[in-house]
Amino acid sequence: MPDASDAAAIWLTLKLATLTTLALLVLGTPLAWWLAHSRTWWKGPIRAIVTLPLVLPPSVLGFYLLLTMGPDGLLGRLTQSMGLGLLPFTFWGLLVASMIYSLPFVVQPIELAFEAIGNRPLEVAATLGASPLDAFFSIALPLARPGFYSAATLGFAHTVGEFGVVLMIGGNIPEKTRVVSVQIYSHVEALEYAQAHWLAGGMIAFAFLVMLLLHTFSPNQQRL
Amino acid sequence: MTIEARFKLSRSGFTLDVDFQLPGHGVTVLFGRSGSGKTTLLRAIAGLVRVPDGRLHVNGQVWQDGPVFLPTYKRPLGYVFQESSLFPHLTVQGNIEFGWRRSGKAPFSAQEPIIQLLGIEGLLKRKPEYLSGGERQRVAIARALMTRPRLLLMDEPLAALDQERKNEILPYLERLHEELKIPVLYVSHSAEEVARLADSIVVLEQGQVLSSGLLSDVLSRLDLPIRMGEDAGVVLEACVTAHDSQWHLVKVEFPGGSLWVRDTGVPMGRNVRVRILARDVSIALDQIHRSSILNTLPARVTAMGDESHPALCLVRLDAGGVPLLARLTKRSVATLALSPGMPVWAQIKAVALIL
Repeated sequence: MPDASDAAAIWLTLKLATLTTLALLVLGTPLAWWLAHSRTWWKGPIRAIVTLPLVLPPSVLGFYLLLTMGPDGLLGRLTQSMGLGLLPFTFWGLLVASMIYSLPFVVQPIELAFEAIGNRPLEVAATLGASPLDAFFSIALPLARPGFYSAATLGFAHTVGEFGVVLMIGGNIPEKTRVVSVQIYSHVEALEYAQAHWLAGGMIAFAFLVMLLLHTFSPNQQRL
Repeated sequence: MTIEARFKLSRSGFTLDVDFQLPGHGVTVLFGRSGSGKTTLLRAIAGLVRVPDGRLHVNGQVWQDGPVFLPTYKRPLGYVFQESSLFPHLTVQGNIEFGWRRSGKAPFSAQEPIIQLLGIEGLLKRKPEYLSGGERQRVAIARALMTRPRLLLMDEPLAALDQERKNEILPYLERLHEELKIPVLYVSHSAEEVARLADSIVVLEQGQVLSSGLLSDVLSRLDLPIRMGEDAGVVLEACVTAHDSQWHLVKVEFPGGSLWVRDTGVPMGRNVRVRILARDVSIALDQIHRSSILNTLPARVTAMGDESHPALCLVRLDAGGVPLLARLTKRSVATLALSPGMPVWAQIKAVALIL
């Protein structure tokens, strides 16, 4: 049976994934809009950077994040000068790392949804007296809703499933940075296979549910 | 009350260069082949395309001039796009209310005359995906008009529809034509829509204005009909003055005479348009009595011009002040020795009655 430390790990994981997803939806939407509508040449490099976490080994990402957030890193100096202390081995450090790690999973579905809408509905809205901001909220957001469902589901699930970055940035501190994936690793290392089964099996069920949800709401499944 | 527009725009392989004035009322058709710049011009007028150094004054209001550029959403215009442009996530009523609310109007009412005029009061609760193509365009037109625009722009609103659907919508457009008090700019490449809807016409070719003016003046020009090919012809304003119930015909009178036309159920006294194609008009030097042709008019040759085929020739006639076009072979012109000023008889084989 799962014990108190397992429950704490589950709670921490859910908290991390929820906050990461919400923050990414808020910050990723303007970025996705810009990627879908801008025509500047540096859109290509920016898109490449956004999608870099898709192909980088998590340990590489974690390593450089650790250096950046450290006492001599750019972000580390910033957080220290703001009186926030250092981010590594804290929940907030984990949150920042997760946001970077899951960024492409949130930005890409939203960008694709905005691209699929095209310019025409926004032009129509303009001829009906809607300012660009008005048209964004009244037309673009509702039409892109399937993209937001995909983005939220993928971002959440991907954050739940991360391991390498969490280990590099968060370490393995109970109730602070020990998420489910790390907890499973600890169980296996301690040869607590029964406990590992509970969590690992739970993750399989969770992943199945996520994929089921995703296919139910993804745009190309929206048929009459 | 006029619309003054001047736009110059160069893009790869295409130049738009127009400078014209339009009447501030009635339907003006922007006519031309695809690629002639009609849609680009309409988008420039709507502000959807920003043409540097363009100039646009609409009934005294500056929409674009020098540094002034009114964004589209601040221009009091209605725009009907070629394809269905209804918002799919809103019902018909939601679509109409979208523009209605933003023009600062009272609560929406299904009793609005525009809703009734376009016959969509029964569709208000439906989503666009459950409408036919014709219904969608009627809703799009109503949505544009409900913002009380000062200028209505229509970009080939019938082009995406089949003939049956076109016939379903054209009567609504003709009623709008009669009842609307605002100027309408209507992009089309269909001679039929020109004949049925236009008061004025601007002919565009390769981004230039080829000719513009009142419909009757422009249509009877000899240099233009070549470009209309089989559709070359004139449109006359006439009035129904008699019924012949035995032969199912009606008599329509116009300043230059009268014509017998098939009775399509038009009431007496009704103003109608009749369209006479150049290919349906032949010329005789004497009045021929024993002929199957019902309509012959005395006329005078005013000019002759080339047709697209070297065997053919377009002859412009004047029938009591009204211009007619006849398409003849050059051989016939030579045989009859036609020349400007000659009195002739125009034999009209077919007349299309347009309400």
